[in-house]
Amino acid sequence: MIWEVFRQERKGQPFTHGGSFHAPDQAFADAYAREFYARRQESVALWVVPREAITAIEEFPDEFDLKYRRVDGYSIKARLKEARERAGTG
Amino acid sequence: MSERARVELLLRLADDELILGWRNSEWTGIAPFLEEDVAFSSIAQNEIGHARALYELAARELGVGDADAIAFDRKPEEYRCAPLVQLRLVPDWARTIARHVLYETADAIRIERLKSHEDAELAGIAAKIEREEVYHRLHAEMWLERLRDEQRYVEAVEELWPYALGVLDPELRPALAERVGRPEVEAVERSAPGEEFAALWEEMTMVRRSAPVGAQW
Repeated sequence: MIWEVFRQERKGQPFTHGGSFHAPDQAFADAYAREFYARRQESVALWVVPREAITAIEEFPDEFDLKYRRVDGYSIKARLKEARERAGTG
Repeated sequence: MSERARVELLLRLADDELILGWRNSEWTGIAPFLEEDVAFSSIAQNEIGHARALYELAARELGVGDADAIAFDRKPEEYRCAPLVQLRLVPDWARTIARHVLYETADAIRIERLKSHEDAELAGIAAKIEREEVYHRLHAEMWLERLRDEQRYVEAVEELWPYALGVLDPELRPALAERVGRPEVEAVERSAPGEEFAALWEEMTMVRRSAPVGAQW
């Protein structure tokens, strides 16, 4: 069984992925997480999660190119150029 | 408590921790799987750390050198470690875990007792050791849960039980028998270490014995 470990370096900081390992159950996983990711006081907290409990989502269709939803959806450069031409200051 | 009794107590504890740490570290690189290799080696390191702290106290008491001088400069027959920790059990994982479980159970009883010792320094170091031993016990318990009904494990506990009793002073043995759920039998007592220990001592002290006096690392 594969386990994923997320570690927090300092209180208040977000947890980041530390790594993964094999362990037969939660008790073994907890013990190994402690040894691998906190033995040197490098973490203040750990999340130990069976990999199968994690849902991976990787497909994000955007068939109609709704680029206005994205922060890079607007090209200011082109619009600026248009506006300048209209105003005769380009 | 007389100075002699205090040193004797410190050396018994420290020798047990050092030699068990040494024996457990013999699994480094060849434990049953990688994750366990790291965890078991780490526990071995902790035990040796406990030994070091205890040797430092003993060194001060005896007015000789430092922890290393006591750990490595004695003759084999001067070590006080219990026969349980001297056994070379590699490559038998069932017996190794049986010893781990029995030792941690016995050690918990004596550390608990030591925490309420009238000598504040001893009580303090016991409390510090206890904070790490909690995790050693959790580790031992998870393996116990897994192996307790396996034939090889059952036989190993049967074999090592008289040795486990020998880790503790006679007045603490009934508590161990109760926790382990086995009748108190005749213990394998501490005595001058034998041949198996002599080989360990050779290996353990080799660097120290061959380094020139005053070598810095």
